[in-house]
Amino acid sequence: MGKMVNMVINNKNINAEEGMTILEAAKKNNIIIPSLCHLDCVHQFGSCRICVVEVEGAKNLQASCMVTVQEGMVVRTNSERVKKARKVLYELILSDHPKDCLNCSRNQNCELQKIGELLQVNECRFEGEKSKAMLDNSSPSIERDASKCILCRRCVTVCNEIQGVGVLNAQNRGFETYIGPAADFPLNTVNCAYCGQCTTVCPVGALKEKDSTQVVWEALFDKNKRVVIQTAPAIRAALGEEFGYEPGTLVTGKMVTALKEMGFDDVFDTNFAADLTIIEEGNEFLERVKKVFSGKKAVLPMITSCSPGWIKFVEHTFPDELDHISTCKSPHMMLGALVKSYYAEKIGIDPKDIFVVSVMPCTAKKFEITRPELKNNGYPNVDAVLTTRELAKMIKEAGIDFKSLEDSKFDNPLGLSTGAADIFAATGGVMEAALRTVYEIVTGRELPFEKLHVTPIVGLEQIKTAELKIENPIEEYAFLDGVTIKVAVTSGLAGARKLMEEVARGESPYHFIEVMGCPGGCISGGGQPRPTNDEIRVKRLQAIYKEDEGKELRKSHQNPFVLKLYEEFLKKPLGHKSHELLHTHYTKRGIYNEYIE
Amino acid sequence: MSSQVKQCKCRKETEQEKYERIGRIVDEYKDREGSLIQILHAAQGIYGYLPVELQKFIADKLGKPLSEVYGVVSFYSFFSTKPRGKYTIRVCLGTACYVRGGKKIVEKLQEILGIGIGDTTDDGMFTLEVMRCIGACGLAPAMMINDTVYKQVNPDKLQSILEGLR
Repeated sequence: MGKMVNMVINNKNINAEEGMTILEAAKKNNIIIPSLCHLDCVHQFGSCRICVVEVEGAKNLQASCMVTVQEGMVVRTNSERVKKARKVLYELILSDHPKDCLNCSRNQNCELQKIGELLQVNECRFEGEKSKAMLDNSSPSIERDASKCILCRRCVTVCNEIQGVGVLNAQNRGFETYIGPAADFPLNTVNCAYCGQCTTVCPVGALKEKDSTQVVWEALFDKNKRVVIQTAPAIRAALGEEFGYEPGTLVTGKMVTALKEMGFDDVFDTNFAADLTIIEEGNEFLERVKKVFSGKKAVLPMITSCSPGWIKFVEHTFPDELDHISTCKSPHMMLGALVKSYYAEKIGIDPKDIFVVSVMPCTAKKFEITRPELKNNGYPNVDAVLTTRELAKMIKEAGIDFKSLEDSKFDNPLGLSTGAADIFAATGGVMEAALRTVYEIVTGRELPFEKLHVTPIVGLEQIKTAELKIENPIEEYAFLDGVTIKVAVTSGLAGARKLMEEVARGESPYHFIEVMGCPGGCISGGGQPRPTNDEIRVKRLQAIYKEDEGKELRKSHQNPFVLKLYEEFLKKPLGHKSHELLHTHYTKRGIYNEYIE
Repeated sequence: MSSQVKQCKCRKETEQEKYERIGRIVDEYKDREGSLIQILHAAQGIYGYLPVELQKFIADKLGKPLSEVYGVVSFYSFFSTKPRGKYTIRVCLGTACYVRGGKKIVEKLQEILGIGIGDTTDDGMFTLEVMRCIGACGLAPAMMINDTVYKQVNPDKLQSILEGLR
């Protein structure tokens, strides 16, 4: 703890840590200062001025989110002057806001609305010209409605500083200002990764996922469709938040029951395909290692491919390094491909009558399913993607009392999974799951870590690394005896850029890299409940590891249904059928979407 | 920097040469914090205006996103993304010029030239722009034609000023 200062807020003597803002010091002492543009640990900008307070000796009101505490400071957060100023500021924001709250997707879940209630604003004295309604629904992932934007610039911070993509910035000036890509370019023409982190921080309805609930309802109401749904590993650790549960509450069983009550014909688990991914990706890694160690042509480090935001980012930013990316499709696309082949065959239904829905913590997956290369026999592997937020809306819309639901289990044969699949939701999880299997293939022994957790790559740090020395491998891998395998894990695209710059320079010391596009991994993906902060990330992370540790089977290669799938259908990892259904290729997009080649 | 902004008078610089010259300026300034505005200023001096393609070139060389560069270009009224005429007329509408009739100057110029604010005459001679303050408040109402400041402008004299340039 740093040096402490003595100050007074609202006649209360307070001891606050030096360097804290007035807002933080007040919060620590149970004094609520309404704030709007400020976002803990992410965005400190002072643009909305809602958090102004009176500081004795200062001529003007001060933005409490920007001003740090000083020895002897005397602050009033609720004086007449402060209250009047806040109301005027709020009404000025409203004067250029559509105020269509009742039919806005953020109704009851809007920070601007909440502040209005907190300030007890019950009039709107200023009417005037409104900003142009600029609706950008060009992308399959994210919708931008500039008319609702309050110019807080949280999304700018997230896009530029946290993700290092830089698609969103303030354009023009004064009343003409809008937040968006350069030159009014629509989102689908620029290098947006569609990670959706901007949608998780937007306080209003200006940035949100493109709606897919309507097409899913339509499919559910269509008597001729068999509607199959799958849920990603990260959903079960976050969906509960939308129904008032504490962050980190696992709601797997209730979620499955809700989906069945909504009328989905099969409720499968993307986790099954996560186990399958480990078998394919683990073997792909070993193939590459074998080739490199025998002097044949192969590219290392190999980099994971589960995160479609990351994939789009790397296609734009490092188009010459795509050989490093694993050719494995992301797990839900694998599962979709299997539903429309293996499963369709099993139940004797034409794949054209199957509609596959994926519930994902992700907005980039909505784009991923539109990729032309992710089709088999003319059918897209997955037909619709719902975010966690959208699923919660649909459950409410269906009149389901979520909290009172009993638990039920996923359907088989594509519903069983091991603990290794659960941890796909968290940064470091895919690497750990892969190492659990790969190490055992190479040495015949279990991964030598307590509770099978590769502790150096667990946690929220931007870049994590680990080393694993191979000793006494089985005969097939004798060439790896004494070799130290180096791995790196990163989450968030700014970290990915750092590791990729090393790769591009040919200086990457690693054999295997895991990248997840969103900070913390899928647990805090662009489609997850709002808000997401580090405290919530940690709770969701703990829930995921708890789910893993609670499983009897914790290694992907132990999944009996995956083994059966190989026996009955795929035959062998990286075999002919696998290549056809489970692997893909990438596109050199270039930073300006110019499609190199 | 002013020496670099000056146009070469001996022969017309090719497109490629202009880009090369701008590239050298970017290289010279790129490690200095906050140099983007200076670079854009110099680039506009060389190229005449700042089309998106040129902004991409500058953004790439600086390792900055285009949205940031475009944000700066679209913020400052001095920068233009459209080709300009031989003469750029900038009428000041800052507070002092505004109260002393700056708006009348704009209206008269629009009438004489037959163009709107931000546009260029078909013969490529004149571009009409509006500035919020050119820092010549004591000379209000003021306007600039290229680098020359015109003080206490009388709207009735505008026709003859323009004719003198044709």
